[in-house]
Amino acid sequence: MDFDLMFTSLPKLLGATLVTLKLLSASLFFGLIVGLLFAILRLKKNIFINKFAYGYSYLFRGTPLLVQIFIIYFGLGQIEYLRSTFLWVILKEPYWCAIIAFTLNTGAYTSEILRSAFQTIKPGIVEAGKSLGISNKIIFYKIQIPIAIRQSLPAYGNEIILMMKGTSLASTVTLMDLTGVAKYIISTTFKPIEVFIVAGGIYLFMTFIIHNVIKFLEKKYSFNN
Amino acid sequence: MELLAFGKSGWGDELFYATLMTIAVSVTAMLIGFFFALIFTPSKLSKYKFFNLIGNFYTTVIRGVPELLVIYLFFFGGSGAIMYVASIFGYYEYIEINAFITGSIAIGIISGAYSTEVFRGAIQSIDKGQFEAAKVLGINKFTQFYKIILPQMLRLAIPNLSNVWQITLKDTSLISVTGLVEIMRQSYIAAGSTRDPLLFYSFAAVLYLMLTYLSMKIINRLEIKYSRGY
Repeated sequence: MDFDLMFTSLPKLLGATLVTLKLLSASLFFGLIVGLLFAILRLKKNIFINKFAYGYSYLFRGTPLLVQIFIIYFGLGQIEYLRSTFLWVILKEPYWCAIIAFTLNTGAYTSEILRSAFQTIKPGIVEAGKSLGISNKIIFYKIQIPIAIRQSLPAYGNEIILMMKGTSLASTVTLMDLTGVAKYIISTTFKPIEVFIVAGGIYLFMTFIIHNVIKFLEKKYSFNN
Repeated sequence: MELLAFGKSGWGDELFYATLMTIAVSVTAMLIGFFFALIFTPSKLSKYKFFNLIGNFYTTVIRGVPELLVIYLFFFGGSGAIMYVASIFGYYEYIEINAFITGSIAIGIISGAYSTEVFRGAIQSIDKGQFEAAKVLGINKFTQFYKIILPQMLRLAIPNLSNVWQITLKDTSLISVTGLVEIMRQSYIAAGSTRDPLLFYSFAAVLYLMLTYLSMKIINRLEIKYSRGY
């Protein structure tokens, strides 16, 4: 066991953790918006809108994240038209490509989580709101959304952890995130176990924190506290 | 479209074999995962704290660390570990392990952690009376597990195992970083030599969608089969 290597690689890996956290927070933020949007579309009665939203979540949940990143990073640059638009400023950066891919991916899973949360809300609750003369908008924002948040917290916590692990794929499009730097150190020193212990430890620590934050929120939002 | 044709001019046949490779790796990894689950599920449910600790350590570490990092560990560390073991037995030549084996074991260990959790949940949700009834009837532990617990457990486990299968299938795309020619690697090669990444990666996505769709259909049948009488 090479403890020196573990100590010298720790600062480098911690620096790379910052990149991982940036990717994670950006994709979770945009993913939540996309997820909420598609969850609402899924609940619409119009069959085309409904099918479109279902198709989106099916497509992104049925294919590996790696394929999605590669299509966005390598594939979209091939379209000549895109190169002439302002979108190219975003799409030529691996950082933004990774965030777009992660956002669309986590958005698909989030939309499913939120949809099932909305569907478990008992119709009686909405009807009670209506009979009290509360407007549809307020019923949605003040009654349905808070209940849906509580319902979906455990599943969404899992999704956050899955997404954190997913950000490791950013290293395949030249980004130096935690996994990217870990791979670089492994391939230059050929000491995989030491590096794995340090990098894996950092990931486990993040998992631990996310897990506990979600647990705390679950308690906070539960009925009987 | 010519690029996807079979034969020398197109990449159709290469991609077809790559798809078979993906299926082969997924199935092997899933079976290796079951093997690990068979070891760690009893360990997690054991009366002894020490075995619980080992089981929890396995599932927590594997489920908390990115798959790619585990694959790098096996890819870079696999042959080193084997050579170390071989050196104990007095064999000092260079040993290179096949990418298929390293990949399947790496994905298998990941899939095993998920399977362990599924089996643990399924066993725990079986009524205690079933175990006691088997004991009272004088059925030995082995028969009790295979004839009484397992069939009931499978009914509860299949929907969740289907999720594990989907995860495993999608995780095999990550083995492409080690150079094993499965769907992702073949698309990467084809995209590089034809300079048409959009077509090939989109086609790869279609292949994965087909695999997930087909496996859903098959698993739904299994689900019906194992929930007879409910």
